[in-house]
Amino acid sequence: MTKAFRRDWREWLVFLAFAGPNVLLFAIFTYYPLFRNFVLAFQDYNIFTNEGEWVGLDNFKRFFADPSTNKVFENTLVFTASVVALILAFGLLAALLLNQKLKFRNPVRSLLFSPTVLAGSAVAVVWIYIFDHRYGLFYQVLRPFNIPAPHWLLDPNWAMAGLIMVYVWKNLGYATVIYIAGLQAIPNELYEAARVDGANAWDRFRHITIPGLSPVTFFLMVTSILNSFQAFDIIRVMTHGGPVNATNVLIYRLYELGFETNADYGKVAVMGVLLFVIMFVVTLFQLRYLERRVSYS
Amino acid sequence: MEFAPRDFFIILFSCFQVPIMKVSKLVSKILGYASMTALALLISIPIFWLVSGALKVNSEILTANPTLWPKEPTLNNFVRAVTERPFGSYFINSVITTLIGALAEVIMAITTAYALVFVRFPFRNAVFVLLLAALMVPEQIIIFPNYLTVANMTLFGLYPKGMLNTYAGIILPGASIAFGTFLLRQYFRTIPTDLVDAAKVDGAGHGLTLLNVVVPVAMPAIATSAMLSFTAKWNEYLWPLIVTTTDQMRTLPIAISRLLDAEGNTEWGIVMAATLIVIIPVIFVFLFAQRYIVEGIAAGAVKG
Repeated sequence: MTKAFRRDWREWLVFLAFAGPNVLLFAIFTYYPLFRNFVLAFQDYNIFTNEGEWVGLDNFKRFFADPSTNKVFENTLVFTASVVALILAFGLLAALLLNQKLKFRNPVRSLLFSPTVLAGSAVAVVWIYIFDHRYGLFYQVLRPFNIPAPHWLLDPNWAMAGLIMVYVWKNLGYATVIYIAGLQAIPNELYEAARVDGANAWDRFRHITIPGLSPVTFFLMVTSILNSFQAFDIIRVMTHGGPVNATNVLIYRLYELGFETNADYGKVAVMGVLLFVIMFVVTLFQLRYLERRVSYS
Repeated sequence: MEFAPRDFFIILFSCFQVPIMKVSKLVSKILGYASMTALALLISIPIFWLVSGALKVNSEILTANPTLWPKEPTLNNFVRAVTERPFGSYFINSVITTLIGALAEVIMAITTAYALVFVRFPFRNAVFVLLLAALMVPEQIIIFPNYLTVANMTLFGLYPKGMLNTYAGIILPGASIAFGTFLLRQYFRTIPTDLVDAAKVDGAGHGLTLLNVVVPVAMPAIATSAMLSFTAKWNEYLWPLIVTTTDQMRTLPIAISRLLDAEGNTEWGIVMAATLIVIIPVIFVFLFAQRYIVEGIAAGAVKG
């Protein structure tokens, strides 16, 4: 009895030594700041004295009264919706294409995936050069047709489109790889059976491929939404949220209010709380869906 | 499931209501290769423009008639990028924070996953859920409280002025790892318990079992986790941007964005050369280990 207890006790020590540091770091740098965000959201925080004064819902009121808040939400919605729709649509098309028996499909798959591993700031810098309205690639391509290249990043009407384009260029390969894996997971027999029953390619696509891919599509939709909420480096390098807030999204606004001029820590904490709640709801939605799928299949 | 090239275009045409019921095999093959070429160009042209820009002299860049490929390729931009800025310190900062950060992540992923699978502990599942839940908290929304923590953290007196603008301040908050732990835990669970028990019978403790039995068997999964950690740390932008305050402490991803000139007089040749230096290590890692990276990323998705 005592011997068994001593052995258990040793196991516990090993567990703490092995898993402890990781758990401790999560406690300090993930869970504690999450909690502190909630506290700061209800305080007027002074960074020099490191003290906060309780102000109730004041920060929330000020955040929603801020005229730029609406614009920021609108931008986030436009950015997220466009990015998710484009990545899902083109990702599926590219996956269907690269899942055929074509030579060189493997190198093209790798090529398509490669931008996802590159630094966002490096990709952004290259695209600024491409977009440059005097020396850039777009200008070069359009010049023979006498079409003036837009001042992409300086024009409020074009900046968001430019950002979306770059983000999709960088992240398309991720969706494609996942979709290819999803296509390969659909059992061949289903297609064989449908063919025997006289279904044509369009029927097979509509009634086997699309339903067969729906879990993957759902997964990609959720991850793309969550990832696009976190898009920061491209926006920071390419537009700084400008021109005149045209590309200022929630995560950039949070950074701006925390670390650029006109800092407002109360609003930063409010945004942290809001973003957490939004993303938490999206993730819960995914978990519930996965649960249902697992228990019914 | 493999689609025939023909099917792809029948589907495509059907989507857009094009009344073509029979697309000939040859035509669809040609269309298949044409679309694949278009896709390849879409990705490679920006990369090509980056390489060509890095090799151009200023007069070939700042002209109304630039050529796609430089007439007189030069490596001068690389020399200037490295010598005209404290590029050496950017590079060293990136290497140090990436290597130590990634190493810490990999070691902790291995030990945590081992503990979760092979070591008895009453709250094992609770710890696992705690780590999994951390995956749902993106770093971006907690940067401000973390900034305050790091600014006021002395690490037992090692940093009397706080950890802002120090390597520890860059590395420590991101050193914990949830995804890699999760990945390795799944892999460790497939290791036959006989193998681990045999080591125990031979008198090996947990440390030796981990090193001599589990790590060698799980090498592919560990490589995947290491590659993902390496690229993530090398590319990291937001946290190092916030936590560094002097030019001497900047890492490469931040340094290249600071080469841009706000007035519009950017020296593109130098910027492109510096950008190439930043992405080449990752490209190399990717070329050698792309299978691991892709498997790691696809792992959580399809198996669900």
